[in-house]
Amino acid sequence: MTSLFDKFLPLERTRAELVSGSGVDPFHVVVERVVSATEAMINGRKVIMAGTNNYLGLTFDPECIAAACTAITEEGTGTTGSRMANGSYAAHVALENELAAFFNCPAAIVFSTGYIANLAILSTLAGPEDVILLDADCHASIYDGTRLGSAQVIRFQHNNPADLEKRLQRLGDRAGNTLVVVEGIYSMLGDRAPLREIADVKNRFGASLLIDEAHSMGVLGEQGRGLAEAYDVEADVDFITGTFSKSLGSIGGFCVSRSTELEYVRYAMRPYIFTASSSPSLIASTRKALEILCRSSSLRKKLWDNATRLYQGLAAMGFELGPEISPVIAVRLPASVGETTALWNELLSQGIYVNLVLPPATPGGKPLLRCSLSAAHSQEQIKAILDAFALIREKLQSHA
Amino acid sequence: MQSKEDILEQLYELVRPFSKQTIELGAETGLVNEMGLDSVKVMELMTQIEDHFDISIPLNILSRVDTLGDFAEQLQHLLQDS
Repeated sequence: MTSLFDKFLPLERTRAELVSGSGVDPFHVVVERVVSATEAMINGRKVIMAGTNNYLGLTFDPECIAAACTAITEEGTGTTGSRMANGSYAAHVALENELAAFFNCPAAIVFSTGYIANLAILSTLAGPEDVILLDADCHASIYDGTRLGSAQVIRFQHNNPADLEKRLQRLGDRAGNTLVVVEGIYSMLGDRAPLREIADVKNRFGASLLIDEAHSMGVLGEQGRGLAEAYDVEADVDFITGTFSKSLGSIGGFCVSRSTELEYVRYAMRPYIFTASSSPSLIASTRKALEILCRSSSLRKKLWDNATRLYQGLAAMGFELGPEISPVIAVRLPASVGETTALWNELLSQGIYVNLVLPPATPGGKPLLRCSLSAAHSQEQIKAILDAFALIREKLQSHA
Repeated sequence: MQSKEDILEQLYELVRPFSKQTIELGAETGLVNEMGLDSVKVMELMTQIEDHFDISIPLNILSRVDTLGDFAEQLQHLLQDS
C-alpha cells in the first residue's frame, strides 16, 4: 500500500546519508542558547555564529530590546489576526510611514515576513496579461511568488543585462507590461546586480523594475538604502522589497514604491490579507533598528571592515570565493556533497557555525560553505573563523 | 510554421549531449525520469533551446512537460506566438 509520505523517501534517504557520518543534521541544528549577536550554544559548546545574516548585529541592541519590551507590555504578545480583519495597529502604520520616508518613496506596505512580502507582491502585481522577467539566481520567495500568481514567468541569465535585453526584445509590445526582478546582493554568492545597466535596459523598453534589497538594506549605500542608492539609480527603481530579518534584526518584510498606486495592491494580495500581522514587539524593535540605521553609518563601516578582512584572508588561503567582497562570503569547494558536509562538521567542531548549501540550491551546482558577517563580530572572532578555515584548507590539500 | 516532427528532430540534437544514459530518444522519452536530468541540467538545456529557436520559454509551461513530445508541442505553440 502506498503512503502520502512515499514521495519524500528520496529526500529522507539523502538526509540520512548526510547525517550518517557525524550524527549531526546540518539542516536541523538546535541552538540550545543564544549568548549574544554572534555566539550561541550548540551541542553543549559555545560557537561563533558566522551564518545568520545579522549584518548590523542589532538583535541584542539595548535600545531595540527596550522598545520590544515596552511594546509587549503595553500592547500584548500578538495581534491574533490580519490587518484587514483585526485592524492595523498604529505602530504598523507608523513603520510604513517611516519606511516610505527612509526610501524617499510615497508608498509602503509592511508584511509579516520578507518571504510573504515577495510572495504577495509578485503574485499580485503582475497579472495574466503581464510578464515577470527574473534573474535566474533570484531567491525562492521570488520564484514562489510567481508560481502563486498568473503572469508569464521568464528567467534571464544571472547578472546578464544583454540577455535581459534579448528577452525584452523578444517580448515586443509586451515589454511595457513586464516587471524585471533582481536582487541587491544575491544571498548565495554575495554578488551584486549590475543595476545601472539593468536600469538602462528596462528604461529603453518601458518595463518596470523591482529590486529585492533583503541582503543589501543597511549594508550598501551612504544611508544604507541598498544597491539602488549605492549605484545612484533609485529614480529608475519602481519597487523595492526587503526584510526586517537581516540588518534590522527582527522579523517582517516590506515593499515601497515610487507609485502611490501601490496602495491599490494592498487589498488584492492574499498573502497580506490572510496572514496574522506582525506582533507589537517585532514592529517596535524594527522601528528602533531603522532609527539606528538612519542615525549612524558606524555599524555599516564595521561590517565592511569585518567582511573585507574575512574575504581577503580566505582568498589568501586560496579558497574559491564569490566574485566580490561582500558580507555574504561563499566558499565554493572542489568537493562532493559528502565531503563538504564533513568539512562543515569540522568547522562546527572548531566552534564555527556557517551555512551548508547544497545543489540544486547553489549557483553552478557546486556545494558551498556560506558565511555571513556581522558588525558585531570582533577581530578575535574573525581570526577564529579564519583559523578554522585554515584547518579545512589543510584537510583539502592532504586529500588532494 | 514548423511541424511538431521538425521541432522534435531539432530537440533530439539539442538534448543528446545532456543525456547521460545511452537511450534511444523519442517523443515518449521522459526528460527527468528517463534522461536523468537534474534541475541544473534542465535549466542549461533550456537556455540552449531558447537560443536555438530564438524564443524565451516561460517557466509556467514546464509543469506541462514530461516528455520530449510534450516539449515539442509547447515549443510549437511558442513559435506560433512569437
